[in-house]
Amino acid sequence: MVRVLINVPKQIHANEPFEVKVLISHPMESGQRRDQMGQAIPRDIINHFIATLDGETVLDADFFPAIAANPFLSFSVVAEKSGTLALTFVDDHGVTQTELTAITVT
Amino acid sequence: MKRLVLLAVAAMSLMGAGDRRSGYDDASADTRAMQDDDAANPAFLWVQQGESLWSAAEGAAGKSCADCHGDVSAMRGVAARYPAFEPKHGRPITLEERINLCRTDHMGAAAFAWNDDKLLSLSALIGLQSRGMPVAAKAQEPFLSEGAALFRERMGQLNLSCAQCHEERAGLKLAGSLIPQGHPNGYPEYRLEWQGMGSFYRRLRNCMIGVRAEPFAPDSREAADLALFLAVRANGMKVETPAVRP
Repeated sequence: MVRVLINVPKQIHANEPFEVKVLISHPMESGQRRDQMGQAIPRDIINHFIATLDGETVLDADFFPAIAANPFLSFSVVAEKSGTLALTFVDDHGVTQTELTAITVT
Repeated sequence: MKRLVLLAVAAMSLMGAGDRRSGYDDASADTRAMQDDDAANPAFLWVQQGESLWSAAEGAAGKSCADCHGDVSAMRGVAARYPAFEPKHGRPITLEERINLCRTDHMGAAAFAWNDDKLLSLSALIGLQSRGMPVAAKAQEPFLSEGAALFRERMGQLNLSCAQCHEERAGLKLAGSLIPQGHPNGYPEYRLEWQGMGSFYRRLRNCMIGVRAEPFAPDSREAADLALFLAVRANGMKVETPAVRP
């Protein structure tokens, strides 16, 4: 389990875009570096990120190396009604983690 | 004559306040924006971990930080006063040393290593409670003078003192990077270069390795004295913990 911080506005209006900010605690090892013994450090990045709102995909992104450690994502979502935002990401070890956040539309 | 002296004193104190620049003032707009927005500041990943550690019982005594200290908001203003004198050591200790002392003496738990993420998480959480407050380290002798002497002492194969960079050449460039004045008002901080969190000690250690000196030990009197000197030098500046720096 990696640590994730999700930030959504408290006040969300129906059919108006709002910003979702996500911070994920991850080393994002590029695979290009070598350790002190000259051995290549294996790549370890989040390679896939999907955001769904009540099951409907709102963002589907492939990640590549050259993203800094502890990546910060920011994207806009439009909601018609209150629901649950699910953020799922997969890293190079095949570990999948899903974080849920309630969206309250006023 | 008296008036002249007064004027000089007034000018000095003005200069002292106006000339002091936090690393924040010299950071790029992007870096400042990261620090300004708690949702974008990666250090808050550590703060989040610190919140769960605060109430997690550990060690032989089965106690958590919260069992003695209550809610972490009670720590408001504490980090701003550190390094503070600790009778047991007979010298000022840093906040990280204080946390470890709590662990060994009151919790019956093992002390964290100086670069342990858990230690940084707790000190970031405690430091955050003092954010926006003025640094208020107590000037205690002889530790302050010792710290000042260390600040001006040439060391390492490059034979450089802290003061030569962070006082005499502050604001100039070293290998393309701006040399900051070295105010410790944002520690522990998230450094983009480290891609992680680091304490004041990590910064000190990096500087000392940079001048090819043998770094002071993390729990040494020298490291704490230097931290005290710098904290007193930054007294009155706002605590920015957890800061973001390039």
